[in-house]
Amino acid sequence: MAIGESVKRVDAAAKVTGRTRFASDNTMPGMRVAHYLRSPIAHGYVKSIDTSKVEELIGVDAVFTFEDVPTVRFATAGHAYNLEAAKRDVEDRLLLTRHVRYHGDEIAVVVAEDDLIAKQALSLIEVEYEEYPPILTPEDAMAADAMELHPDTQNSALPSSCLPKNVIGSHEYSNGDAADGIANADVSLEGTYQTQFQHHCHMETVVSWAYMDDTDHIVIESSTQIPHICRRIVAQALEMPIGRVRIIKPPIGGGFGNKQDVLVEPMVGFLASKLGGLPVRLELTREECISGTRVRHPFKVKVRAGADRDGTLKGLEIDVTSNTGAYASHGHSIASAAGSKIAPLYPRTPIHYKARTHYTTLPAAGAMRAYGAPQATFALDGMMEELAREIEMDPVDFRLKNGAVAGDPHPISGKPIVSAGVIECLKKGREIFNWDEKRKEYAEQDGPIRRGVGVACFSYGSNTWPVAVEISGCRMILNQDGSVNVQTGACEIGQGSDTVITQIAAEYLGIPEAKVKVLQTLDTDSTPYDPGAFASRQTYVFAHAVRQAAEQLREKIIAHASLMTEVPEEKLGLDGDICGPDGMRLSLEELAYDAYYNKFRGGQLTSEVSHKVQSNAYSYGCTFVEIEVDIPMCKVEIKNILNVHDSGRILNPQAATGQVHGGAAMGIAYAMSEELLFDPVTGKIRNNNLLDYKMPTCSDVPEIDAAYVETDETTSACGHKSIGEPPLITPAPAIRNAIWHATGVKVDRLPMGPKELFVHFREAGLLGLSMEKVGARDNVCD
Amino acid sequence: MFAIEKYHKAATVQETVELLSQNSEAHLLAGGTDVLVKLREGHEQFKQLIDIHDVQELQSIEMLDDGTLSIGAGVSCTRLIRSEIVQAHIPVLAQAANMLGGPQVRNAATLGGNICNGAPSAENASPLVVLDAQVNIVGPNGSRLVPITEFYLRPGKVDLEQNEIVTDFRIAKESYENTGGEFCKYAMRNAMDIATIGCSVICRMDEDRIEDLHIAYTVAAPVPTRCRTAEEMCKGQVPSKALLNDLAKVVHEDLKPRDSWRASKDFRVHVISTLAERVTEKAIIRAGGIIA
Repeated sequence: MAIGESVKRVDAAAKVTGRTRFASDNTMPGMRVAHYLRSPIAHGYVKSIDTSKVEELIGVDAVFTFEDVPTVRFATAGHAYNLEAAKRDVEDRLLLTRHVRYHGDEIAVVVAEDDLIAKQALSLIEVEYEEYPPILTPEDAMAADAMELHPDTQNSALPSSCLPKNVIGSHEYSNGDAADGIANADVSLEGTYQTQFQHHCHMETVVSWAYMDDTDHIVIESSTQIPHICRRIVAQALEMPIGRVRIIKPPIGGGFGNKQDVLVEPMVGFLASKLGGLPVRLELTREECISGTRVRHPFKVKVRAGADRDGTLKGLEIDVTSNTGAYASHGHSIASAAGSKIAPLYPRTPIHYKARTHYTTLPAAGAMRAYGAPQATFALDGMMEELAREIEMDPVDFRLKNGAVAGDPHPISGKPIVSAGVIECLKKGREIFNWDEKRKEYAEQDGPIRRGVGVACFSYGSNTWPVAVEISGCRMILNQDGSVNVQTGACEIGQGSDTVITQIAAEYLGIPEAKVKVLQTLDTDSTPYDPGAFASRQTYVFAHAVRQAAEQLREKIIAHASLMTEVPEEKLGLDGDICGPDGMRLSLEELAYDAYYNKFRGGQLTSEVSHKVQSNAYSYGCTFVEIEVDIPMCKVEIKNILNVHDSGRILNPQAATGQVHGGAAMGIAYAMSEELLFDPVTGKIRNNNLLDYKMPTCSDVPEIDAAYVETDETTSACGHKSIGEPPLITPAPAIRNAIWHATGVKVDRLPMGPKELFVHFREAGLLGLSMEKVGARDNVCD
Repeated sequence: MFAIEKYHKAATVQETVELLSQNSEAHLLAGGTDVLVKLREGHEQFKQLIDIHDVQELQSIEMLDDGTLSIGAGVSCTRLIRSEIVQAHIPVLAQAANMLGGPQVRNAATLGGNICNGAPSAENASPLVVLDAQVNIVGPNGSRLVPITEFYLRPGKVDLEQNEIVTDFRIAKESYENTGGEFCKYAMRNAMDIATIGCSVICRMDEDRIEDLHIAYTVAAPVPTRCRTAEEMCKGQVPSKALLNDLAKVVHEDLKPRDSWRASKDFRVHVISTLAERVTEKAIIRAGGIIA
């Protein structure tokens, strides 16, 4: 069958014709809408709130404030539950808050017949705030006079007494003696790299709606990546048994990690239960999504590294300061995961990684595609470029010398890395890209328009093991017509998992893809348990369960065929039909009818598997980029960009390339233009809209080339590794390195848009005008 | 959902003026690409609307007997871009219209709306300014013509009474004949963005000398502004790199870019200078000139 082929997405026609029904397309008679009242200040306390005028407004069903919500604090991060209390996410959220911790914090909520009435109602709520000074940087957060942002939070991992003020988590690891390696290296360098707040900009905004069913269960339909996790957290937040909560996930219009968080689901559940089961929808505006859901953590990364002149990387010291904003969400997990995701890239080099994550009064940072790796890799491969220059070695050669090879021990686990194709990726990319020629051609340039090339490498995991449980489930049912329904807990969020499930099921059942139907809507009352779509885990983890379930069902089919034909099982096969000796054929339809309706034998043929994976696999790759810089215009144009990936065996080349295109485009956006800005004095958000938040348009993103090096990952059910997040990681450092190559100007802070390049180019004397110097940018995302 | 309190649909300019007079709080709705955004943001002054989308008198693009071009206020950006008259005589306006928003917005957004909302960043403003366009305004007491530079009063405010409507923009033959023009929108994105700086230049050559050159900017001052000092300097000159260099300095005499979080003053100043050289060079070449 067709593992390894570009099977068309199972939902392609519905998506491109607009037939797909998303959460907000589904409605119920009498459905109400809810809207949040959000704080107009970044930090403060509600002295008084008066909702009496709202209660008189016709069309308003209810208004709730922070005084009306449960007092159980909950964590929102979409991680599977951890039996070890110390490893759980920080529980610091209530449904509504009196202590305002960022501009847009949720103070009250109104339920009304329609959006206009709800908005009018919001304008009638009178709030008096006591304003506190905003806390915008980790330095601010640690200052002696800074307020404690979460004094009441139970941080089970580290009692607050053990951590400095407003620090949510810290950790370090080391492998070998990095300091000694650096001290004894021919050259050693230090650098500081900074990254910005980025938002996911999924096309479908955040939306959930809820009602209570006939058995008093709270049913929530939501655009989420994590239905089963969501169910547990909603139950916790609403103080209900898990079994009373049902989450339904229809097709979703993108999540990119923002929906790997519980967002508005607990609130709609709360409202539906408070209003006697009335259906209530909460759909955030684009503005609310950008600053009121989650963003990518800004990092400040100090790197110290040493190398010998022969190109041996001798030691890496990486010190990360991460800003999680107002609420924990994924909190320190991001800085922690960043350290483990980059670890297998240069595994023979002693490394010392440490990180600390701080609360501030800015939007809450959570999961975003590639989960800390883009920040850490911008620093790491930025430093690699500096070392290569210092020892006068070609940047590709320097990475070839130090990149992982299969069998290298993983710096954290100590176990050998099973497959590692970064060397082959670099070699393949160098050739396709004509790296050596371009590198030479652009070595000496002057004039206003110059070209340059850059490269950067990454490593990444294929799930969350060994930090969290890795589990997936699959159930298969043979239908009367010989088709097979497949239910999994795997969450299709646009990445194409339903298509790959179809391919794997078809392959191991021995039937055509057209006979496989993957149930698209997840429902925690009926779909098998799987934590959801994140960590690029989905295919790596579900493939085991799907393959096993397919093999089990195939055995049952063969067994029933044997009953029907009296041919021994070992002489029967499945190649679309049952096939046996002497050209015997039995259609699956005929077999299924017999299994269902024969009065004396058979039954509904099904299989069910819940499988825990206890391994991880590291995918690798690199970006090669060629740019043209128009110096007076302060603009960079990408002329060529190539991502080369080792994601093990590629199960569906077209789907994989779709991931590369989307991921690299987000990486280019991260490099060139996207940044959530705030006022440096008040902490108010400036650009939570798509006019001023510079998400690139199709005319800003170049053609993106993808190539693969297919290694065989033996821990994986089909030889594959992750591809969902990795493509995003390396465009930014590669572009940064290319700008340096083209202009001689080194940029150590993202994004690298015209406003930022103007400052750098002027400082470097490239703009040729005797202009007065101005201060650095005011929006420092420390 | 929009909080619209009253909605009227006008069929003619005359009816529009009557409806405006009868409804003193009403605003005009043409393409809706600004008004509906404002309504969504809760701006109550747009809750009473008079829809002029189908007023045919606002839809024409024509050349009058004396060679004057008349472009209806209700013409969409897409129609401007595709108009043979615009492309033949004032392509700089099509160039600008093509940089407004994205394709869907350009299908709806009108030239009149783009100018009458008074945005300092309006794409179509700098071409109309360098072309010395006259704004044709009809009110209860008849019509009046106002030069576009006088039409802009301050950011968000134009010389238009509540009961008046702009019907068309007029560009005299001597303003466009034998000119070459160029437009540039400097923004952070290639499309769907607000201009950091916008610039238009038109130029007429007299043999190897510049007979006349107009240069105007948007977002470089509170309203779209012509750089008359720089224009005077260019008249009669032979185009050269040195002239362009001087121009890049002198344009600032008439401009006053602001410092904002969207872009620092220094950055805008730099972009203004860069565009002065680049846009003018292209306009001169389009006009048949050569840069020595």
